[in-house]
Amino acid sequence: MDHSPPPFFKRGPAPLVRLFFFATLSLALLVIDARFRYVEGLRSWLALAAYPIQRAALLPFEVGDSVAGYFSTQTRLVAENERLRAKALEYSQDAQRFQAAQAEAAELRRVIDAGERLELKAVPAEILYASRDPYAHKIFIDRGQVQGIRPGSPVTDETGLVGQVTRVHPLVSEVTLLTNPDQAVPVQVVRNGLRAIAFGGGASGMLELRFTAANAEVQNGDQLITSGIDGTYPAGLPVATVVHIERDADHTFARVLCRPAAGVDRGRYVLVVVNERAARPPRPEEVQAGKDRREKSRRAKKAAPPPEAAKSEKETKESDGPQ
Amino acid sequence: MVPSSSASSILMPVRVSTIIASFALALFLNFLPWRDLRLTPDFVALTLCFWCIRQPRLVGLGIGWMLGLLTDAGNGVLLGQHALAYSILAFLAMWFSRRILWFGPWLQALHVFIILLVAQGVALLVRLVAGTPFPGWPIVVGPIFGAILWPIVGWLLLLPQRRAQREQAI
Repeated sequence: MDHSPPPFFKRGPAPLVRLFFFATLSLALLVIDARFRYVEGLRSWLALAAYPIQRAALLPFEVGDSVAGYFSTQTRLVAENERLRAKALEYSQDAQRFQAAQAEAAELRRVIDAGERLELKAVPAEILYASRDPYAHKIFIDRGQVQGIRPGSPVTDETGLVGQVTRVHPLVSEVTLLTNPDQAVPVQVVRNGLRAIAFGGGASGMLELRFTAANAEVQNGDQLITSGIDGTYPAGLPVATVVHIERDADHTFARVLCRPAAGVDRGRYVLVVVNERAARPPRPEEVQAGKDRREKSRRAKKAAPPPEAAKSEKETKESDGPQ
Repeated sequence: MVPSSSASSILMPVRVSTIIASFALALFLNFLPWRDLRLTPDFVALTLCFWCIRQPRLVGLGIGWMLGLLTDAGNGVLLGQHALAYSILAFLAMWFSRRILWFGPWLQALHVFIILLVAQGVALLVRLVAGTPFPGWPIVVGPIFGAILWPIVGWLLLLPQRRAQREQAI
């Protein structure tokens, strides 16, 4: 027997049931996105859907800029023109010297048989907006898959490294800034070539050299550039300047804070460095090799004591012998 | 059984185009390059809250969830955190919808503040679980501004329905 009255208004399932359904769906998505990254396709489609609104949100600023440009005074334009001309002269001298130096460097590299340096290609891009999440330290630029951007490309501005492309959608790309706590850049001190890894400092907008020995040769004011060891960042891009060093006898590592060279949170235009990945030597198969080695040693252990142990025993016996 | 704040006038039925336009505008406002995002109100949450209170049968959890996904993808954060926050927000707003409309604008704003705060808290919780550090107390300022904006938002979003009614009266 059915005691409930016939439904007067069709309202679908109860709100609590719906909440349960959507909350479960969201949590499942969260876990899948955080752990397995299976939903990048869905994310790309959603980003494409959001693109017109994002583009529209930039319009007021573009209109403001053009209006301001229209009303900019003659004197200001003349002054700016002069300044730019002086800068161009300065740069042209630098460029001439750079060409000579590049030729020389190529010659020297050929002599020591070090392989050719990669030619770098840069794609200019405009920053669309920063992520709404205040601590994501991400920006979005108006170049994507269509323009040939690939994940992993370094992003710079005119003064130094800004970050790295982490996700590429059809028309926009997501750039993780240097200041993101999860972002690490291999760097080198210009003064003495000391290598270190710079991590993002989060909200402070600074970078931190982690795992630098307490007695490491670092000074305030040291310039840090990319070392190029990882093959992701080309060597020699300015990254940061050391501004604060704490050496504490209680800790093994010094606390080194650096200020980013580039306007990580300023500016509107950036360059995406698209390097030719094909030119890079293949990665060593250390993972596979490690697996093989472990497998071998496991098999060896099953059969007999590992050969290294046997050898070391022999060695100790031998070293004991003459004494 | 007519809530006091809307007792003065009988509103025209809402048009779906109004709802879509309001959400598009809210997304537009959210994507503007704000200086400090902790201090800016979440316009999408506010608009969603409004429609869930006013039209719980048209706008509900499903729309909130979709808007959340769009926000997540647009901001490049973990997919699902705003979806979860907005569906909880929509549920709370629908749950309160019978109650809230009996109050005056400022008491309504107080309710809305709590709803926005819960939604913000859910998103924050997801972020903390994912491993980001606590962003500091200014994060509460966003919902406060949102609640302050509530009377204005309510007036603005009801405008199309009121205007139609006035034209008809003439």
